[in-house]
This record gives sequence, C-alpha cells and structure tokens, in this order.
Amino acid sequence: MSDYIKENLDHDGVDRRGFLKCMAWAGTGTLCLLQGGVLKSFALTDILQKNVGNLKGDLSFVQISDSHIGFNKPANPDVTATLREAIAKVNALPTPPSFVLHTGDLTHLSKPEEFDTLAESLKSLKTDKTFYVPGEHDVLNDNGEAFHERFGQGTQGDGWYSFDQKGAHFIGLVNVLNLKAGGLGNLGHDQLEWLEKDVANLKNSTPIVVFAHIPLWSVYPQWGWGTDDSEQALSYMKRFGSITVLNGHIHQTMQKIEGNIAFHTACSTAFPQPQPGQADSPGPMKVPAEKLRSLLGITDVNFVRGKHTLAIVDSSLQG
Amino acid sequence: MRHQTTQRTNVVRIFGTVIFAATLFSLPLASRPLLPGPVAAPEAKPNATAITIDNFSFVPTQLEIAAGTQVTWINKDDVPHTVVSIDHKFKSRALDTDESFSFTFQDPGTYEYFCSVHPKMTGKIVVK
Repeated sequence: MSDYIKENLDHDGVDRRGFLKCMAWAGTGTLCLLQGGVLKSFALTDILQKNVGNLKGDLSFVQISDSHIGFNKPANPDVTATLREAIAKVNALPTPPSFVLHTGDLTHLSKPEEFDTLAESLKSLKTDKTFYVPGEHDVLNDNGEAFHERFGQGTQGDGWYSFDQKGAHFIGLVNVLNLKAGGLGNLGHDQLEWLEKDVANLKNSTPIVVFAHIPLWSVYPQWGWGTDDSEQALSYMKRFGSITVLNGHIHQTMQKIEGNIAFHTACSTAFPQPQPGQADSPGPMKVPAEKLRSLLGITDVNFVRGKHTLAIVDSSLQG
Repeated sequence: MRHQTTQRTNVVRIFGTVIFAATLFSLPLASRPLLPGPVAAPEAKPNATAITIDNFSFVPTQLEIAAGTQVTWINKDDVPHTVVSIDHKFKSRALDTDESFSFTFQDPGTYEYFCSVHPKMTGKIVVK
C-alpha cells in the first residue's frame, strides 16, 4: 500500500475494516451505503458472502466504471464478457440498487458500435435507472457529441446535472473536456458557476454525492490523476455535513477522508492499471488470466437516514 | 489542414512503400544509356522523421528539424492518444495502437503540441 493513501485513513472515524478492505489494491465492486448522510463502503464480495452485518439502508445504488468497450488487448481480450459478469454481480445483490452510476469510459474509442454494445449490455441491469458521466475515452473525436446525444439527454452545459433521491443530492460532473496542455482533468468556469448555484439552497444536513470520471482529488498528478479546478468545486460544498465523491479513471479502488468529504475511486470492469508510480506509465496492466477477475469489479452504496453513515462496498468479479 | 494524413499502417510499411516507389522510379533510368554524373537520389520524402508515442510519452519529446520535413507520429501504446498543436496548426484524430499521423512543417518556428486525451503528454518541434 502506498503511504500517501494510508496516512489519510488515520482520521476516518468510520468502519475501518470496510475501508481497509477497500484499500486493497485489488479491484473490486463497491457497495455504497448512505446511512443518515455518511457514506460507508464495503467490498461487495463480503456482502455476497455475508461477512458484513446488516447493510439495509434508505437507499442503495451501485457504481460501475471504465467498461472500455472496444478494448481487446492483454490482459483482457473480452471486456464485454467482464462487463456482463459485473452486471450479473449487481443483479445478484440481496437488495436491488435504486439506480446505477456509470462513472465514464463506457467505450475505449468512442465508436458508435461500442456505445451500442455498452447500452445493450446494461439493459440487463436490474435497476430502475442508470446515470452516466463521460470519460475521456467517450469524447475522443467529437467533443463528446455522440456521448451527449445518447447518454446525456436532459443535462446542462457539456453534460453536468443533479438529482435528488431519498433526501440525498446527487451531482454528476464532466471533467474530461477542453483539457489544457500540461494540465489535469478540467471542470471549467461554466460548470463551476452552475455547481455553486446548484448547491446554494440546500440545507447543510443534505447528504451530497458527487460523481465524475477523473478523480476530484489529487491521486497522482504525475499521471494526470487529478482535476485542476476540483478544489474550487469542493469549496462550494464545505458547509455540508456529508460529501461523498465517487470517481473512476484509475482502474483501482482508493479511499481518502478529508474532513466531511469521503473520496472513493472504483475499479474498472475491463482492465487494471498500476498503482501510482509503480510502472513507467498508467497504461493497462498485463496480468495472468487467472488473476484478472480479482482486479475488476463494481461498487455498491447504501444510505440509511439518521445513522450518519453511507456505506461503500467494493467487490471483485472473482468469487 | 495541409499535408497531413492519418494512416492505419506502421513505420515499416511506410518505409517499405518509399523503397518500392524509389525502385519504380529508378527502373526507367536503368533502361536508358548511362550518362556521366551523379546518380539521382530518390526524391520521395527526403526529409522525413518519426516520433514514437510510447508509455504515455512522445519520443523524442523535443525535435529540431529543417523546414519541409514531414513528421510521423506512431502510437505504440495500448490506449489511444492524439497529437494536437497548442496553436491549432495541426490536430490528429485519436490514434489507436499502431496508427499514425503525419504533418509536414513548411515554416520555421516552434510548434508545441500535446495529447488532448492525456494532457500531461507534451512535445515540441523546432523548425529551422
């Protein structure tokens, strides 16, 4: 485990076991349980194996990420198959999720047939609704127009939006467009202005869940794993008692708690990427076939009103 | 955009084509009576050079070339990259593995560029 992640766990004040589980670099799916406004996370494998207690909440939802439909190289020549396995894992949850968040990189090359396969595959998800934000692989040659047309209907500006569920406020942000040379992920002036207004009239006690593709915290800027203007965005939310930030992009689970903000990144359903600085580049990791599924997964979130915990559970496709 | 092409090929094939073209060009010459003087050099792409995209880097990162040189970027990574001029002088589509993009630099100057998918990746061409 890397030190810069470990250190941040010292003040978490939440289920240490759950977080330590999520610290495992091995990619997994995550269950997020929002209990009274605080997000807690658990490995989905543990839930399915009943290793954790009662996670019943007011609201549960699942995060999946980085499906990269169209990728066909080692270590995963069949990313559609592993996406289907992830979907099966979601469908096997004891409580069906109210909705699913896909945090970007639906496709590898933004091709129409890749978007088709993704959309077709997700139809088998047993949930009421799926929400999306784009990854940089979804907006390659057209500034995100094709993505927006298919997955961003009814959104604001370049595709950002918010909605309310069971008293929690969800915000989907886009940080993969108009990237500047030498820079990181980017939200931009218009989106920040919208965000400030969006949260202005919410009560301090409203649980906030923010989701976007590239991490909204500085995971490893040397590899572009961060967002240039994320601090500005988070400054609008400092007054809230519970903020949960869900991201993808780095193809591994990581957690950080900073004040009232819990940051979490999800695994990919397609291929793993190396730990920060542990390889020459953040490119796809080539792992033995028998190890692949232990490094892919999904994330499940549960919310229980009044208990001030929001549980996030990561679980791998293995087992 | 001028003088730019995106090709689904690799450097070996590009050079193979050059050699093939040069061979065709030299055939009629060989059939003529030999004249005194130097043998004509092949004219195809006298000034061409390549930049490899590997491990999320442009290699070489900085390149100095003569005006009129064609530069070909070839992506050797497993993920797509782009080649985008900061001053909007040239812009490739997303290059998948082994895809390439070429641009001929006619005018002297400094050309900075980056990958718009992974903006930490930057490079510079100086045209003398």
